[in-house]
Amino acid sequence: MTKEVSIHCENLTKSYGSATALAGLSFKVSKGEIFGFIGPDGAGKTSLFRILATLLLPDNGTASVEGLDVVKNYKKLRQILGYMPGRFSLYQDLTVAENLQFFAGIFRADIKENYYLIRDIYEQIAPFASRRAGKLSGGMKQKLALCCALIHKPVVLILDEPTTGVDAVSRQEFWEMLIRLKQEHITILVATPYMDEAVLCDRVALIQHGEIMAIDTPDNITRAYPDQLFKIKSSNTLTAIRLMNEFEGILSAEMFGDTVHVSAEKGRINANAIKEYLSEKGMMASAVSEADPGIEDCFIHLMKRSGIVRKEKVNP
Amino acid sequence: MVILFGMPLVQVLLFGFAITNEIRDAKVSIVDPTPDVVTHAIRNKLFASGFFIESEILNSQEEISENFRKGESKMVVIFENDFSGKMERGEHPTIQLIADASDPNTASMLVNYSNGIISEFNRGQQASSGFTLIIAEPRMIYNPALKGVYMFVPGIITILLMLVSAMMTSISIAREKELGTMEVLLVSPLKPFNIIAGKVIPYVLLSFINAISILLLSYYVFGVPVKGSIILLLAESILFIILALSLGIFISTIANNQQTAMMLSMFAMMLPTILLSGFIFPIENMPEVLQWLSLAMPPRWFIQIIKSIMLKGSGINYFWKETLILAFIAMVFIVASIRKFKIRLA
Repeated sequence: MTKEVSIHCENLTKSYGSATALAGLSFKVSKGEIFGFIGPDGAGKTSLFRILATLLLPDNGTASVEGLDVVKNYKKLRQILGYMPGRFSLYQDLTVAENLQFFAGIFRADIKENYYLIRDIYEQIAPFASRRAGKLSGGMKQKLALCCALIHKPVVLILDEPTTGVDAVSRQEFWEMLIRLKQEHITILVATPYMDEAVLCDRVALIQHGEIMAIDTPDNITRAYPDQLFKIKSSNTLTAIRLMNEFEGILSAEMFGDTVHVSAEKGRINANAIKEYLSEKGMMASAVSEADPGIEDCFIHLMKRSGIVRKEKVNP
Repeated sequence: MVILFGMPLVQVLLFGFAITNEIRDAKVSIVDPTPDVVTHAIRNKLFASGFFIESEILNSQEEISENFRKGESKMVVIFENDFSGKMERGEHPTIQLIADASDPNTASMLVNYSNGIISEFNRGQQASSGFTLIIAEPRMIYNPALKGVYMFVPGIITILLMLVSAMMTSISIAREKELGTMEVLLVSPLKPFNIIAGKVIPYVLLSFINAISILLLSYYVFGVPVKGSIILLLAESILFIILALSLGIFISTIANNQQTAMMLSMFAMMLPTILLSGFIFPIENMPEVLQWLSLAMPPRWFIQIIKSIMLKGSGINYFWKETLILAFIAMVFIVASIRKFKIRLA
């Protein structure tokens, strides 16, 4: 299916002094797509988003949004962008309603006309309309910020880590709203360090050290995971990791909360073998099962692989 | 870092050089309707002292008041008609010393110094020829009671307007940068001019109200007169407010956070306002370098303007130059800050 291109980046680079933030990014985002940038802090997400939001100049490469160059046509572009910075950037000493009016005012937008876009979100914070924005909870703040970024009915919405520091329930609500916004054919670019949010995007780019490691639908990315994955539940994950790293045939053992994810070549070992090995070593009743890889597993896998690739380049 | 280490040095130098209350090279004009040997001898003695330099020779009462209003001299020395004739006849000839007391400290010092010189002359005369005494009649104009408040009010108005206008704007814009709201404003279609105007207009009103309340207070509580046109005074205040605001905006285009903005405004404005504007320390006494520097200090011109309006009752024709200078400096800062205003981050 070929869709119209909304955002097009070609070989974007940006560095701050000796630190490289973007090491040549190229990608396309289709119109009306929710496109996620998944990567840890410092991966270059914010720099990329600021370039797309016309706030930073790239060192090299070109970027265009809706056919408008981010450097040359920044004035026109600023009229159709909705941008929500990673940091809460509304007026803390204005009330919720005043903030909304203010942002509608600077974009010369009519709140009533575009209210349908934000109705679902705004109704949740409407009870606090006379409260100062600085006194809202984290989730409320982000919802308000989203309202303010949406009130002028942008064509493209750029959200830099909108759910960082937001509780799980609010995060879920937030994403429900984004998915609803998709029906308005707004292109949404969202950055997040949370891997579990990746599956909610239409397509994701895994980004690390200013490079894109993979771009695809979340399904395709997990499907491309080459190894067999096992989950080990244990009360002592650290010992489990140490033991599993000594186990023959294991490619990696990583901690995921209270479980350990162990990867091995496909068909080499099975869950029972791991369980037996662990009990031999004196680790009790750990539940071991085969598991489907998540985005996070893929991320770690790709990260390691790119690390190896780099080493090979250094020592041929 | 530059501010931290550089500023103390600048301050010490400024204080060391600028803070001298001694009189040096004060401009003095002379009225001498019948010049003769005695008046010349006294004039020479006055100007040889190093405290005074001769400004002009005046001929009429009108010229004297004109001269004061223009601020061309700090003191006028008036010799009586037929000076030496009176001396020879055994009368006591008088010398009037009229000092511009809108700066009371300087005025009283000028008068004291010249009194000293005249009585020294008297002593010398008596010893040698037994002539009668010359009587010195000091007169303070604009502030006959030598009230310090006459001097402080213009200075305080200036400092407060500077403080409120420049510091507040620079801090409020720096605050937007610090809190990230500037990021959102930049992505909006707002033009730099709109953003700046939106920041400035409230502070113009605020500072204007401040100026009015200081004036009311000084008028009703301290009895400082407003001899000139109030409308003119307010108009000049607005001009100065705009100047201070544009300076504040300019500072905020350089400073990225509130702290830097505050430091910059403190050092860039408060110290020069207090030290180099002639508010406390007479400009004539400063080393030449600082005198040149003080030419670039907007407060210096503004203090002159309000003193002229309030204490001397002069009209715009007496200080259009100062007004133009203020307008020019304001324009420079406005243009510079719109130019320098970053349409992007970093």
